[in-house]
Amino acid sequence: MLQGLLDWFSDPVNWQGEDGVLNRLVEHGLLTLTATVVAAMVGLPVAIWLGHLGRGGVLAVNISNVGRAVPTFAVLLLLALGPIGTSYFGPYGRAGLATLVALVLFALPPIITNAYVGMREVNRDMVEAAQGMGMTGRQVLATVEVPLALPLIMTGLRLAVVQVWATATIAALVAGPGLGRIVTLGFVRQDVAQVVGGALVIAVIALLLEVLLVAAQALLDPVARARRTSAALGSAATQS
Amino acid sequence: MLTAPAAAENCLVRNEWVCGEYFRTRAPQLTDALWEHIAITVVSVLLGLVLAFPLALLARRYRRLEGVVVGVTTAIYTIPSLALFALLLPLTSLTPTTVVIGLALYSLTILVRNMIEGLKAVPADVRESALGMGYGRQRMLFRVELPLALPTIMAGLRVAAVSTVALTTVGAIVGYGGLGNLLLEAVDSQFRAQVLAAGALCVVLAVSFDLVLVLAQRLMTPWTRAGERS
Repeated sequence: MLQGLLDWFSDPVNWQGEDGVLNRLVEHGLLTLTATVVAAMVGLPVAIWLGHLGRGGVLAVNISNVGRAVPTFAVLLLLALGPIGTSYFGPYGRAGLATLVALVLFALPPIITNAYVGMREVNRDMVEAAQGMGMTGRQVLATVEVPLALPLIMTGLRLAVVQVWATATIAALVAGPGLGRIVTLGFVRQDVAQVVGGALVIAVIALLLEVLLVAAQALLDPVARARRTSAALGSAATQS
Repeated sequence: MLTAPAAAENCLVRNEWVCGEYFRTRAPQLTDALWEHIAITVVSVLLGLVLAFPLALLARRYRRLEGVVVGVTTAIYTIPSLALFALLLPLTSLTPTTVVIGLALYSLTILVRNMIEGLKAVPADVRESALGMGYGRQRMLFRVELPLALPTIMAGLRVAAVSTVALTTVGAIVGYGGLGNLLLEAVDSQFRAQVLAAGALCVVLAVSFDLVLVLAQRLMTPWTRAGERS
């Protein structure tokens, strides 16, 4: 098994061409990036605005429950058999557009729910203090609420990236693009080395994404950064 | 089965999304797929529950293990389902076991976190009172701590059950995906009525599991409603 796996990875044929790892990796990466960016551009303003107003909470929170209950496989297939179809969509590959739409749909719930909850969990005293200092609604939103909600906003984005990466692999079940194709083709060819090799590539990159995003989140979080600075300045830093 | 003139004109032939004829003619296949789906979901979540319990207790007993347990389960959860089933293939081949192990691992992650969280949230003074009343470790766990942690654990169980119903469909890759098998069949045949029916049934199944668990929780925690009535 291990030898077969090594052979599979070292055979250049498996890396080149339309069915090769490199092409599928580009498709998969492009799909994940595009879908997350589009979902963030649509979802974040809506969630932040609703959170600022304190409205639409039922919708913003329940959208995640809905997202969990609907099978990604079914949605991908519905879209592929619908008007968008399975035609090629530039570098996104076969059924690229249908896959993108499905990915955006599944990236929205974590982004919206986390951003909304983050906005609502901002300490009300701080908001009132900012208003008392004469800040306008927009100023409070931009300089108090969003920075304080940023940890959860970033968590939502991280969850969306990991979710989109996973969903993009399922696109292969409907003959769509992405790294999942290597696995499904392996099943068709009854080539266990290819199935496991493809799965390893998908899984290792998923883990790397998660680790990198957690690290980026820790680095970018303004609250944690402020705390680190003050902890470094103070004498007895408490365990957090 | 089909009479020629009628066959030419029904919604199956026209490949419509919504088709009553589909439910009439394919009822046995739908029921079989539905039962397979229910069986895989229930076995996976139960297996996850059985594995999560001792892990949560270990994590609570030894603080250092908590990080390891949460870290490893989170890492597994990050692996996409299609890849996880594929990675299990050399061990369990094309069997329902492959799907069940994969899905149990996902459930385990959600459940172990909620168990640890639920047990942590038991107030210290409640624990002390129980100790003062002479409760031993085991009796305290089953009579005091677990009942108090139950709402958090049930919340995890609901999330696990609902997401497992959706993920079971991916099991079609090894031939055991319940309603997912019908979806995979429709990829080549482009059978729209089958896609919509199987997809909708998945959602209905997920909502049903959620409702059953909410009901079970209400029955198991009558004290949470005591305040509402009085």
